[in-house]
Amino acid sequence: MARVVIFGSLRAFTDGVERMEISASNTRELLKKLSERHPALAEVIEAGVSLAIDGEVYKDAWFTPIGSNSEVVVMPLMVGG
Amino acid sequence: MKQDFKILGTRPIRPDGLEKVTGKAMFGADKSATGMLHARILRSPHAHAEIVSIDTSKAEALAGVKAVITGADFDEVENRWTRYTMQNCMAQGRALYDGHAVAAVAATSKKIAAEALKLIEVEYKTLPHVTDVDEAMRPGAPLVHEGVKGRKLGDDVSGNTVGYYSFGHGDIEAGFTKADKVIERNFKTAATHQGYIEPQACLADLGADGRGELWCSTQGHYMVREVCSEILGIDASQLRVTASEIGGGFGGKTTVFIEPVALKLSQKSGKPVKLVMSREEVFRATGPTMSASMDVKIGMDKNGKITAGHAKLRYQGGAFPYNMVMMGAMSAFACYDLENVQSEGWDVMTNRPKMISYRAPGAPMATYGVESVIDELCQKLGLDPIEVRLKNAAREGSKSSYGPTYKAIGLVEALEAAKAHPHYAAPLPANTGRGVACGFWFNFGGQVSVSMAINTDGTVNLIEGNPDIGGSRASISMMAAEALGIPFERVRTIVGDTASVGFSDVTDGSRVTFAVGIATINAAKAAIKELCKRAAMIWEIDAEAVEWVDGAAQPTGHNAGNFPPMSLAEIAATSGKTGGPIAGHHEGAPDKAGVSFGVHLVDVEVDPETGFTSIKRYTAFQDVGKAIHPAYVEGQIQGGAVQGIGWALSEEYIYGEDGRLQNPGFLDYRIPVASDLPMIDAVIIEVPNPGHPYGVRGCGETAIVPPLAAISNGVAQAIGKRLFELPMSPPKILKAL
Repeated sequence: MARVVIFGSLRAFTDGVERMEISASNTRELLKKLSERHPALAEVIEAGVSLAIDGEVYKDAWFTPIGSNSEVVVMPLMVGG
Repeated sequence: MKQDFKILGTRPIRPDGLEKVTGKAMFGADKSATGMLHARILRSPHAHAEIVSIDTSKAEALAGVKAVITGADFDEVENRWTRYTMQNCMAQGRALYDGHAVAAVAATSKKIAAEALKLIEVEYKTLPHVTDVDEAMRPGAPLVHEGVKGRKLGDDVSGNTVGYYSFGHGDIEAGFTKADKVIERNFKTAATHQGYIEPQACLADLGADGRGELWCSTQGHYMVREVCSEILGIDASQLRVTASEIGGGFGGKTTVFIEPVALKLSQKSGKPVKLVMSREEVFRATGPTMSASMDVKIGMDKNGKITAGHAKLRYQGGAFPYNMVMMGAMSAFACYDLENVQSEGWDVMTNRPKMISYRAPGAPMATYGVESVIDELCQKLGLDPIEVRLKNAAREGSKSSYGPTYKAIGLVEALEAAKAHPHYAAPLPANTGRGVACGFWFNFGGQVSVSMAINTDGTVNLIEGNPDIGGSRASISMMAAEALGIPFERVRTIVGDTASVGFSDVTDGSRVTFAVGIATINAAKAAIKELCKRAAMIWEIDAEAVEWVDGAAQPTGHNAGNFPPMSLAEIAATSGKTGGPIAGHHEGAPDKAGVSFGVHLVDVEVDPETGFTSIKRYTAFQDVGKAIHPAYVEGQIQGGAVQGIGWALSEEYIYGEDGRLQNPGFLDYRIPVASDLPMIDAVIIEVPNPGHPYGVRGCGETAIVPPLAAISNGVAQAIGKRLFELPMSPPKILKAL
């Protein structure tokens, strides 16, 4: 089970829940399960979020593998400059 | 990870140098077409006004005028972000800031176009306006747009507040109780412009059949194609966009301002249309960066350990919703390994031009606040500013204040290099102060496409889809040559148009050398595989028995066959007889860009009679992972530092009570020029990024992050008083004195 951390202001969409465990093999599956568990977060996820998987930041990558013991930090979508 | 390089780290002659110094390089305004019309744009003189009516009949009747358009000529756009972009290019219903486009003309000459603008009659009904971020955020402020207030925001902020972000961990209140000293300050920074020398310019040709050609100065021609085709309602495949050489962008050319207007005028007139902005238009109507109002509170114990940090950032981003304060909130404390930290940010709209990215968008202001308070704590506690930063520095394994845990990073190495540098120990004359500050930027990856062709004479052509704004053609050629094992001079990289190579994201986020580099290395691998296969065919051995060493195919061992190495040129020469052209390509979206840190040291001298601050010495240290072409990397570091110097000392958007911009020109908006500055010494630190085969990190943005605070800290030491507002222009310093 991946350890999922909802970071910062995104917690407003999970009723304050910061940490949870989700079984998912890739980012797409994880985000889908996260949306089901916290429907208020679904719209935010649809608009785009960034994920840090074991410290590496990923954007818009559905099929990035997630290890069974991975830490996944869910953050607002990061944009460039 | 490869660390033994033949080409990377050398300084070959810049491939774009000759064209640029001889004037042959084609920039946005350099392209012409037969029968071309010239366009001009009419702009609002009001900060906020309802457009009651626009009468274009007299302008249309003027001889030589071929088309006049207003916001009514553009159809509704479904995607709200694209709609905002379109409405920023041409107002619909209301003019939202001084300089907002309200109509445009295409005529047979520039003079006629200018005359026609005078004949357009616009009836305005002025509306209340707001240009200050704190006023705009206050409940009851004039609203720039209705119905766009950020979700989950309460009644304590106005409807101009379009976003709220919070990052951090730990218990900041508990952390503050552990501190021996807590300092809380309010800071303000002015909006500054990217200040690129080349104004926006384009040549558009859109036929009645829906086929179009667009030449423009941009950081992302695929972005231009997608946005313009959506606004114009044409298929992306039918609009070919070519990026010109670019005379600077720095984030300011990551959107469109004039291209949809020129395309619409071309569509309406049936002629090619050239549209070139004046400098005044660039200031009034293209994106500056955000201005900021910030509260920063930091606690430190007597040994220099930061016990807690809290930043509240309020950024104004102009007349449309945006979401850039997030990057400021994420980067505010990113340099430090803190137990208790929180940064919050609010995006606020005002009646100013829509903000657009400016080199490390959002980070310099937040860092200015944090690094200033850390410096003041060091002064109050009698601590060395570099030692304190080393004590708190983020390193591999640190949990960042914005979420992820860092991989290999180079902040400690940069700080150690600064501490050991002769600059740090050099004596300081009277009226002089030395400032130090750290800075951070994320760096990004994103979508890339690369096509590599092996020519029969053994040379290589490479096409990629990212405009070269900082030497990427050189660095990409070098990485291709390194991967293939051939001389740099045998590779030529060009930036293809949107019909030549696959999609590529905008050149931003310090992403190109990282992301296109990975695509280039992968394209080279594909070409090498084919080269080895052809050699195997010629030698009549298995392809698996051939390896690529130093630019040539060779058998993997004696058992594979006893053949002398066959060079890339030799294999390419017979390619027509061994299966046809040899090429490699790669399309992807690499992540793992690797974050970057910098440390800046600056000596400033303040004239106590005039309040003028001059930069006496400047040294910038930056972890770049691997410097592909060190001269370009040094140029990036120097350029970022200089733009930060301008931000700190002289650059600002000044608005009158009427909401009009008072200084839309380089005479009154003062950017630093070479004669204002000493040589900026750039010290390259190389801690390889594990996410890139050659260890590359982006290097284009980090250098603008530390200067604001470094210079402010230097001024505080020089005059014995600290200013809390940028720019630190002479009147403000005199007032403080």
